[in-house]
Order: sequence, then structure tokens, then C-alpha cells
Amino acid sequence: MDSATSEANPVATADASARPPLLSTAAQGLKIVIVGGFGVGKTTMVRAVSDIRPLNTEETMTRAGEGVDDLWGVQGKTTTTIAFDFGRISLNDETVLYLFGAPGQERFWFLWDRLFAGTLGAVVLVDTRRLEDCWYAIDRLEAHGTPFIVARNDFGGPRHTAEQVREALDLPDDVPLVECDARSRESSKEVLLALVHHLYDISTARLESTP
Amino acid sequence: MTRPGRDENPDRLYTVTGGRSRSVAGAETFDLVTLVVSESAPVPGMQSEHAAILRICRFPTAVVELASDLGLPVSVVRILLGDLLVQGKITARHPRRAQTADALPDPDILKQVLVGLRNI
Repeated sequence: MDSATSEANPVATADASARPPLLSTAAQGLKIVIVGGFGVGKTTMVRAVSDIRPLNTEETMTRAGEGVDDLWGVQGKTTTTIAFDFGRISLNDETVLYLFGAPGQERFWFLWDRLFAGTLGAVVLVDTRRLEDCWYAIDRLEAHGTPFIVARNDFGGPRHTAEQVREALDLPDDVPLVECDARSRESSKEVLLALVHHLYDISTARLESTP
Repeated sequence: MTRPGRDENPDRLYTVTGGRSRSVAGAETFDLVTLVVSESAPVPGMQSEHAAILRICRFPTAVVELASDLGLPVSVVRILLGDLLVQGKITARHPRRAQTADALPDPDILKQVLVGLRNI
């Protein structure tokens, strides 16, 4: 069996040698997820700030009702496959931040817990010409209790005020809304900083309120 | 949904994991960003995917990077890593976990992230 696998599917490791390895001291991986509709610029943003060219992978899950979960396509089951991009930023000798660009469509959320449990927080990337694309994502993030900010990618379309966008998204006042150009490293970095500042504010507030 | 397409050929996934859809103990503890490090070199006769993991993980490598390099779904890679962990051929550096379900990230970790991001 093993040799048949090897011949039929030579294991490609070219990508691994093409990107710089992490330092041997790297010990702590962190996650931030960028969620948004198709074509909104998730991969562009990952590429803008990543130390490596964005990579792509996928997760597969087969469901046949409650509690059942295996990998093989068996009749009567529903297979969910989600492809996602990611990049990484080495923050210091020990800590590596992984950035995931994830699609916001409905089937993706079945895999959220398995893939993104323990994520620091999320950026919802929106195109103001298609605000409705992110309604579902915001709804699900709220349901999962994942802290997030909204970043509006500037596609040069008609201008909406921040108030108009907030209203259209029914965004709570305490969720930051920022502007960005996902092609720009500086701008994308500012979006990540805005998210982490927001996370810092809410986690220190929580600590102060619980003696 | 009908039969899965190209990259998710169930026959291949079945072969790679010897038909296991649930893993040996410990595989579920592999997070996407758990960093994996080889503790030994590949040996002749080893399953090619196991050997490839040991080669790639000479430097710390996240589970999600392995999945991308191997062209396999994350859950299949977790099973393969569970095998290697049980055999003592790899070690895993897991992310620090939040204490409770709705616990927010540790402010000390967030400070590190802020400093690191400002420097990129």
C-alpha cells in the first residue's frame, strides 16, 4: 500500500525548500483570520504583510448527522471542503503570527471551530459595493464570540460615510471600523495593529472587571 | 454534494492513512499553528508522507504549512503527525491555550504582537 502511494503520488516538498524556514527557537504559533467575500482582497492583504508568499491548503469534513465525522466520502453523507490561504509573520525569535484568508460563505462555518479555535481575533474585510457579502460572517463571529474589527478595502467606488457603513452592517459601537488599501503593506499592517489594539483593550477591560 | 473532486480523492486519503478517519491518541491536539520539529531522520521503507514530514520539519513547521506542502487536508496531516508523535519521531510546540471557552487572549501575548507588528 505504501509503495503504491509513493509511486502514484510523489510527495512534493518543493514549496518547503522555497520559503525561508522558521528559526529553531520558534515556539509559539498565533492565529489571526481575515474573513470576507470572494474577491474582496483577503489574499492581497495576506500577501502584503506576510514573510512568505501566501500558501494554500484545504480541510475536508464529512458529516452524517450529529457527532459523526470522518474523512471518507460515504453515500448519504455531506462532504464539506474549504480551501484557504495563509501567510506568516515572525514577530520575534519565538513567536510566529499566522494570517489566514478565509471565505465567509455558509459552509465554511462548519469548520470554524476545528480550524480557528483559539484565534486571537478576526478582520472582516468588506467591499462597500457589496456590503451584504459580510453580513453572515459578522453574524457568525458574534455567535462564536470571536472579537473582530471591520476593515473597508478601498476599491474607489462611491464613498459612504462610516456611519452609513455601520448602519448597513448593524455594527455595534464598540467594534472598530477602519479604512484600508489591502495592496499596501503599511495599510494592511495598520489594520492588524487596529485589531490587536482592540483585543488588548477588551482583554484588559475584562481583567479589570474580574477581581 | 456529489463525489469530491481532484484534491480530495478519498482513495488517496484512505491509502495515506491506512483507512483511519480518527486518529491515534493525541492527533486532535495538533492545532493549525502547532509547530512540529523532527527528532529523527527518515529511514528507508518509511511511508513517503511520514518521511516527507520528517524532512520538512528539520526546522519548526506549522501543521498548516505541512498540509500545504504535502497537498493533503489538515485532518489527514493530523493523523500522520499522531503516528510520528507516538513513535517519538517528532515533538510538537503547541500554542498556549486560553483557559476558558470565552477567554480573551493574554494581554502579555498581545503586547508581544503589537511590538512585533510595529517592527515589520
